[in-house]
Amino acid sequence: MLGLEGILVPLGMILTLLSTVLCIIYGLLNWNKGYMTDEEFCQEQQWNEEEKHVEEQL
Amino acid sequence: MSIPLLTTVVVIYLTVIAILSLQAWKKTRTAADYLVAGRQIHPFVMALSYGATFVSTSAIIGFGGAAAVFGMSLQWLTFLTVFVGVFIAFVFFGRRTRVMGLNLNAHTFPEFLGLRFESTRLQGATGLLIFLAMPLYASVVLMGGAKFIAQILAINYNVALFFLTIFVAVYVIMGGLKAVMYTDAFQGSMMFIGMVSLLVATYSKLGGFITAHQRLTDMQDLAIKIFGAKGHTGWTNFPQFGSEYWLVVVTTIVLGVGIGVLAQPQLIVRFMTVKSNRELNRAVLIGGIFVLIVVGVSLAIGALANVYFYYENPDTTGQIALIAAGKNVSEIIPLYISSSMPQWFTAVFMITLLSAAMSTLSSQFHAMGTALGRDIYEKALNRSGNSVILTKIGILFAILISYFLAWALPTFFEGGTAIIARGTAIFFGICAAAFLPMYFGALYYRNMTRLSAWACFFTGTLTSLFWLFFVHAKESKPLMVCNALFGVDSLGEGTLWAVVDPLVIALPASALVTILFNLKQTKDCSVRHIERCFHNIN
Repeated sequence: MLGLEGILVPLGMILTLLSTVLCIIYGLLNWNKGYMTDEEFCQEQQWNEEEKHVEEQL
Repeated sequence: MSIPLLTTVVVIYLTVIAILSLQAWKKTRTAADYLVAGRQIHPFVMALSYGATFVSTSAIIGFGGAAAVFGMSLQWLTFLTVFVGVFIAFVFFGRRTRVMGLNLNAHTFPEFLGLRFESTRLQGATGLLIFLAMPLYASVVLMGGAKFIAQILAINYNVALFFLTIFVAVYVIMGGLKAVMYTDAFQGSMMFIGMVSLLVATYSKLGGFITAHQRLTDMQDLAIKIFGAKGHTGWTNFPQFGSEYWLVVVTTIVLGVGIGVLAQPQLIVRFMTVKSNRELNRAVLIGGIFVLIVVGVSLAIGALANVYFYYENPDTTGQIALIAAGKNVSEIIPLYISSSMPQWFTAVFMITLLSAAMSTLSSQFHAMGTALGRDIYEKALNRSGNSVILTKIGILFAILISYFLAWALPTFFEGGTAIIARGTAIFFGICAAAFLPMYFGALYYRNMTRLSAWACFFTGTLTSLFWLFFVHAKESKPLMVCNALFGVDSLGEGTLWAVVDPLVIALPASALVTILFNLKQTKDCSVRHIERCFHNIN
């Protein structure tokens, strides 16, 4: 198959291509999913404030 | 090759790097900017930075050279790097790491573990292991990059080593992780272009996709005649089960790198650089394609180089790739490029390899520096100071040590080059065994105890070191400790144990110990802390 011998090497190549297809499909299906929640935004702001405070103290 | 052409290409390339570094430097103000790129990195930059950091010059040349010997069976490594290194890593590790990292305000991988298990000592120990083991890995990349520059530009190796180190040092110290990732993205793009061009050129030269494979398959008798005693069954077939070559392919190359990628501190920190899981979802698509091309092409080209040298190149007719390259595995890919491709392509490929070296190096310097400055000095030793300045000092130390190793080991120690050549495998193996079960448990098992994290750390590290120093001949021989104590190069001498990679022994051992230490249900983290860690994780 594909000019290759035995089962394992062609299988490795097919699995490689399938894995890449999986990555592409997963990326496309979830392209707009999982954006930052308001809570995460607040959390990040809080850490930034804390960091500024620590730096000012130093 | 024309030196003015090469110099022009290099100057343009370095100018782009300098501009990107300057941009990053201007945007770097806080510790979060310096350590986790302000958690605002674009998915394209993140994915390319991840891939470019993972694949170094040594990997392209080393994997390609190994494929010229072992053949297409190494494509299983491409499968693992795409499936495990990208899909599993991003979807099952990355998303949780990002959310938990934000919940805990972690800035580095050791800090992530330290905060998760409420132990600054664990943070310090993890940082120390990274700081001690990574310079060897960095020196592999430094040596590979410097040797390549010295060869192409016809300059002295030490001069190339010095300037390569200085250039990378300046932009990493100046711009922190933002500079590292911006330049990585550019360098990753160069690597992608170079490898796609190489893929198209090679297959068209050898008659097309299936014809090229078939021609390699037809060389089976030759492969068996030369390497058959060690288990070789042809360049398009898998080695004989249980043979020496099978163990090297499966344990060292496929599993060692393919599984080891999950526990690389310099890669894990990238999950914490993006704003949300949406960016990680997008990065899966980009990273999957990038890794397929960069890893897959180097392995395919390495194996197919045998067809080129044996049939196509008049100077080497009747010689397989290994013989044509003077039995030097690391010379196979450069020789293939210089003898089969036009001049302009050699210049493109030089930039590809330079990019691969610099992208990996910059991330290594940053990871070692943060381990020393942030994790050990600031957190574990509880010394106060400006995080950014401490990390910069840490990076400087790390660079000096890596530079010293790359310069001194081959010069002053017998077997120094052989030790450095094993640096990547050593680092991947130690990280996987010492960190992976603990890291997985930290993300998925709420009741995982601090004690079991320590047990994992010690078992993984000590088992790896024992196997490296006393059993795995590729390391135990140049390290010479086994010979000094027991009079043999390996305790497994004469048996197949001597070729079994440390990872396949040390990782199951550390995983087993981690499980055993968790059987006794002693809760050492408060419910409130666990809730905080797993907040927004379902």
